[in-house]
Amino acid sequence: MLSFLLRRAFSSVIVIFCVISITFVLARITKGGPFDKEKEPPPHIKEALLTRYKLNGTVWDQYTAYVGSLLRFDLGLSTRYRDWRVSELLRQKMPNSFALGSLAFVIASCAGVFLGSLAAMKKDTWIDRSAMFGALLSISIPSFISGPFLIAVVALGLGWLPVGGWGTFQQMILPAICLAAPYIAYVARLMRNSLLDVLKSDFLRTARAKGLTETQAVARHAVKVAILPVVTFLGPLAAHLLTGSMIVESVFNISGAGMIFVNSIQNRDVFLLGGAVIVYCALLVLFNLFVDVLYTLLDKRIKLYA
Amino acid sequence: MPDAAASARIARPDGLQILKRNRAAVIALGFLVGLSLIAIVVPMLLPESLKVTSSASFVPPMQHAAENAALHVLGTDVNGQDMLYRVLAGARVSLGVGLVGALISLVIGTLYGMISGYAGGRVDALMMRTVEVLQSVPRILFIMILIAALDDYVKDWVDAWRLAAQARNWTGLASSMSDLKAYSKVLVMIVSLGLVEWLTMARIVRGQVLVLREMTFVTASKAMGQSNWGVLGRHLLPNLSTIILTYLTLTIPAVILDESFLSFLGLGIEDPAASWGSLLKDGAQVINPLESKWWLLVFPALLMSASLLALNFLGDGLRDAFDPKSGE
Repeated sequence: MLSFLLRRAFSSVIVIFCVISITFVLARITKGGPFDKEKEPPPHIKEALLTRYKLNGTVWDQYTAYVGSLLRFDLGLSTRYRDWRVSELLRQKMPNSFALGSLAFVIASCAGVFLGSLAAMKKDTWIDRSAMFGALLSISIPSFISGPFLIAVVALGLGWLPVGGWGTFQQMILPAICLAAPYIAYVARLMRNSLLDVLKSDFLRTARAKGLTETQAVARHAVKVAILPVVTFLGPLAAHLLTGSMIVESVFNISGAGMIFVNSIQNRDVFLLGGAVIVYCALLVLFNLFVDVLYTLLDKRIKLYA
Repeated sequence: MPDAAASARIARPDGLQILKRNRAAVIALGFLVGLSLIAIVVPMLLPESLKVTSSASFVPPMQHAAENAALHVLGTDVNGQDMLYRVLAGARVSLGVGLVGALISLVIGTLYGMISGYAGGRVDALMMRTVEVLQSVPRILFIMILIAALDDYVKDWVDAWRLAAQARNWTGLASSMSDLKAYSKVLVMIVSLGLVEWLTMARIVRGQVLVLREMTFVTASKAMGQSNWGVLGRHLLPNLSTIILTYLTLTIPAVILDESFLSFLGLGIEDPAASWGSLLKDGAQVINPLESKWWLLVFPALLMSASLLALNFLGDGLRDAFDPKSGE
């Protein structure tokens, strides 16, 4: 177990390093520098700015300087929001995305597992068909269509929830549902397929034979096994949801991490972009590792190899 | 040995037969073919006056801008352009970007997967490790960076051609280049999306090749002196065609969705070109609670959701038919 964790930690660092290298180089060979969008500063001032941010010289020099500062756990300064450290900006924006993302994650995993199990147990009935049609529908409707639609119907039409704003739990529900909707569908479809396979297995026949009702048999025995493929999917999903959604944040006007990605690319704010990418990749790697460990707890037969 | 080849051919069911049995998939296919035809033909038939900007902005659907002006079936937008024309032009761009982008990813993914699976051993391990690394990259973010990086270069390149053509008085080339400059973002989008979306295809194809290369007909053709590339092209590719087609149908909606995401955020398709995403962005910008200009949002949203639904239905139907084990 320990050697597995060590090896995974090592390969994770390599992955993050590769991703950050590609991001930095691509961002720096893009035309237009971080100081070009404002009124063009005089050449010597621009030179001084570039020197201060270590963005002059060849791309290779800039890259080594950046990696050097990363190795000292320094994410650098934002070139757009002067005198803000990238770490400060991330610390300010991340909590909003975290809150929204974790609520969406809970909704997606619970609703998805429930609906998927229901559809599998009632296979080929109208419940199954309408659940699967609903899943396909919610995969096909992007969040920038479902968001305004939800606002118009639930908030403006029915008046059940507040239209906008951020801070209370009620204000989080609509964006979280909007963010979770397609993933409820993915989880439900995965769960249905996987449970259908498990329902045919021998140990479930035994469970039924010893007198359990179908619901008991599924809840006590089948779900534990059928949920494994879903867990694999939930790892990357958690990382994806927690790092913020650009679309949902812009539709519901939430100041979160998703907009950092968009803005930093448009402003050529390479250090802020790099910091956001590092957080994203670190979360992704962490959750994948967590999933692998969780696997061994759910299914005792699986041993960890790196 | 001919038996093996024959049984492989029999095991592959007739695509049309299976599709016909799945009514939802047939309806979806019909809808998509119809929409594509309409999007290609109808804009050519519309009067030229509808295609340009005018002073008649925000005309509601089914009304005339003036006494004897043309009927705006779906209303007009902020610049007084007819929404029917815009929505259909958007369909051309969205479906076109989806199809060509998915085709690019198909070529890359198929080649990559075939080489990786057929080579096996260390090459395979290295190539699949690379795919894993690339899969842990935030996809949409990478497309955004690629677009930002490519866009200026392509614009400069097109501009250089235009200037060179003007200097030599090739008016035809010059004007087509200035047209192309307006649509250069479409080109950039296609390439960027195609370069990013091939990972799933590569993994699926590789898995299939791993199975196929152990079959006797491959051994036979090798024994008869067929080169490695010959085996790949003449024997493996035909056997892969159904699975490739299936995943192509599932890649198209993914590409369309990504394109519309980016266009909605203002990073994708720009005026004068339009896509469903950019139309929705334009509609969302002028929306206010007092005076609802619903037609700017409802028509592109309906058309886009319906197309994505149809593509997903078709893709699911094909996958259930040809690749029953894959599940999700």
